[in-house]
Amino acid sequence: MNEIVPVVEMTDISIGFPGVKALDGVGFRLFQGEVHALMGENGAGKSTLIKALTGVYTIDSGTITVLGETKRFAAPAESQAAGISTVYQEVNLCPNLTVEENVLLGREPRRLGAIDWKAVRTRTREVLAELHLEHVDPGSLLSSHSIAVQQLIAIARSVEVNAKVLILDEPTSSLDAGEVAQLFGVIRQLRDRGVAILFVSHFLEQVYEISDRMTVLRNGKLVGEYLTRDLSRMSLISKMIGKELEALAELDEAPARTRARSGDGIPFLETQGLGRKGSVANVDVSIHPGEVLGLAGLLGAGRTEIARLLFGADKADEGLIRIKGSEQKIRSPRAAIDQRIAFCSEDRKKEGLIGDLSVRDNLVLAMQASRGWARRIPRRTQDELVAEYIEALDIRPANPDALIRNLSGGNQQKVLLARWLVTHPELLILDEPTRGIDIGAKTQIQKLVNRLAAEGMSVLFISSELEEVLRVSDRVAVIKDRAKVAEINNDGVSVEDVMAVIAGGTQ
Amino acid sequence: MSLSSTLARRAAGKTAAPRRQLRGNARYAPTLATLGLFLAMFAVGAGMYPSFLSGQVFLNLFIDNTFLIVLAVGMTFVILTGGIDLSVGAVVALSMMVAATLLQQGWNPAAVIILVLLIGSTLGLAMGLIIHYFDIQPFIVTLAGMFLARGLCYVISLDSIPVTEGFFTGMAQAQIPLPGELFISPGVVLALAIVAAAFFVLHHTRFGRTVYAIGGNENSAMLMGLPVRTTKVLVYVLSGLCSAIAGILFSFYSLSGYSLAAQGMELDAIAAVVIGGTLLTGGTGYVLGSVVGVLVLGIVQTFIAYDGTLSSWWTKIVIGALLLAFILLQRLFTRKTG
Repeated sequence: MNEIVPVVEMTDISIGFPGVKALDGVGFRLFQGEVHALMGENGAGKSTLIKALTGVYTIDSGTITVLGETKRFAAPAESQAAGISTVYQEVNLCPNLTVEENVLLGREPRRLGAIDWKAVRTRTREVLAELHLEHVDPGSLLSSHSIAVQQLIAIARSVEVNAKVLILDEPTSSLDAGEVAQLFGVIRQLRDRGVAILFVSHFLEQVYEISDRMTVLRNGKLVGEYLTRDLSRMSLISKMIGKELEALAELDEAPARTRARSGDGIPFLETQGLGRKGSVANVDVSIHPGEVLGLAGLLGAGRTEIARLLFGADKADEGLIRIKGSEQKIRSPRAAIDQRIAFCSEDRKKEGLIGDLSVRDNLVLAMQASRGWARRIPRRTQDELVAEYIEALDIRPANPDALIRNLSGGNQQKVLLARWLVTHPELLILDEPTRGIDIGAKTQIQKLVNRLAAEGMSVLFISSELEEVLRVSDRVAVIKDRAKVAEINNDGVSVEDVMAVIAGGTQ
Repeated sequence: MSLSSTLARRAAGKTAAPRRQLRGNARYAPTLATLGLFLAMFAVGAGMYPSFLSGQVFLNLFIDNTFLIVLAVGMTFVILTGGIDLSVGAVVALSMMVAATLLQQGWNPAAVIILVLLIGSTLGLAMGLIIHYFDIQPFIVTLAGMFLARGLCYVISLDSIPVTEGFFTGMAQAQIPLPGELFISPGVVLALAIVAAAFFVLHHTRFGRTVYAIGGNENSAMLMGLPVRTTKVLVYVLSGLCSAIAGILFSFYSLSGYSLAAQGMELDAIAAVVIGGTLLTGGTGYVLGSVVGVLVLGIVQTFIAYDGTLSSWWTKIVIGALLLAFILLQRLFTRKTG
């Protein structure tokens, strides 16, 4: 492989943010006609490496060469001019414009100074046809298409410029199996045409299906470069999280249920016929202290809506809520917090982490709010508490003064969790707490849920991954079509059993 | 995992489907609603006052509002990028003051007009650069621009300065005859030419499409490698230029320069743009819609004038109500289309 010049070669790249060394002397090579997976946990430096290559971040030291030529990218436009195209996880196109405009924006063919809309249409049709997207109307609004199609349109945009390098950052995180297959078809087609493809995904199976080689990063450092077929899944994971295989096996078993099932006594929270017009109807659930209730159901079945009703984010217009046996009206999040209910929503970006403040400040804010503003928390207590949470949740970097916005998604999630935990809630509602975070952090969060429940906290656990719901919960409420359809005691229940319940009654 | 998530995404996909049709129609809906409103008001006027239904009443809407049409054009560019320009009214007043003062001192009208246009564009350029390079809210920067321009008016003179120069008075009285004993002013021709040019730029040039892209998602536009910086600055230059042109047109109309002129005109321009169907958040809207927006404001005034018994302040109240109604309408559409 050494006789070929890499399309992209990054040598000894370092990028630092205040308090965080995001990349530390990392090297990376990408060759023509390969699909190269960039692997690592959250915070390993994948996004930073990509942003260095696309000109969003400027590098502190090191060199980037494209086809043997040294480049310094100061803006995305410069990276694109060098033949590097990127498709981001959140599709970065303009939803208010049409498909054809998005494909050709900034490069529209012109005649006499005016955009030649006829040529735009023809060119877009050609490009879409190359990707087998003939069914997409070039004149339709981008926002009228599913995320999957939007992603393919973003790829069409890079095909249009004959990109030499295509970077796909978590392209499959919101696609279904059929859409993933279609995307992979397109990726293979481009690879065979000689495009170098950099693929980032949390889905190991997809990485093994599509990639030829992989580069593994950990904590901002390079672990190594491997041929995909030479690296087993287990050894890949151990390289990603830096632990030996035995430790891994233990991690995997750890969250198995060990607690005695509660169920007697007064539940912490109980609902009867709870519902909201146009949202969910007739929800009866109860959660006892020290119990984890899982909500299983398809996306859009009404899981989040239930959580929002319990937290007062939406107002229920029927049914009632009892907290510790007495009826309570929960009309606002404030009221829910007064009842010691905490809600980590699925949208952590909007959740109220303050990006420009440090980990310490974010935690202290929450503590201070729960204590009342009059009583200042002594600095020593602050330090102890913050250190305790950083250790308990394994927040990385373990630096209380690191700014939130410089943390990876998984670590932001942990800080968010810590923010609620410092208020000592009695009921913790977790909506998709592990979405988009890596295996290591996922296991940690599952273990944490276990521990919190063992300490007597009630937890409502919502996740799209049934395995995870079953691993964590004592009981599982199955939500379907915006109502609760069944409740299962989690003793030896399998994913298939739950699937059967969800599928049941559709005939 | 794969099975459950597959099913889950299928389900999610299904709920997304009905949104699509709404979105397609929603694109033109606010502008069409404005057009419908205008026609309805015209019809009601014709029903109440027989003389209302005349071509000249319709053309007077243009003649009396040339400056507002030009301002609305510049404002449409700014709002399409998701920005706002509060300085336009004050820049109109400043342009009128500069023009009246220099004409009084015997300057050549052509030189005066060129200088005024330069001043307007330069103010716009300065505000655009500050907004972009210091990453400050357009609201604040253009508010400062408004105070600066208005303050300069008072520095020039506290009193009203009459314009007696031949070219300006000529333009004030000039009428371009149309068939059927109708006429328009030269200002109308200029304003409509500017509208046509703006339409061309917005829909048939890369600059125009970049304006829409920035309003749709500025971050995406940047990542797509579009010239976001240049475009954002140019939009404020255009708005400044339009304000200066509007100032000249207003001088033709009023034949004077006065420090207190065009008070609150920036708000009329914003109202016209919003009533014309442009989203205040940017990315959606049409310059032709803004023209209809101006006509709606104009017809409200005409109504009040025809009635004769109502205080002219009712114009403001009706415009306020319309603005609120249209913003609520926009909210409704954007919410439905998710």
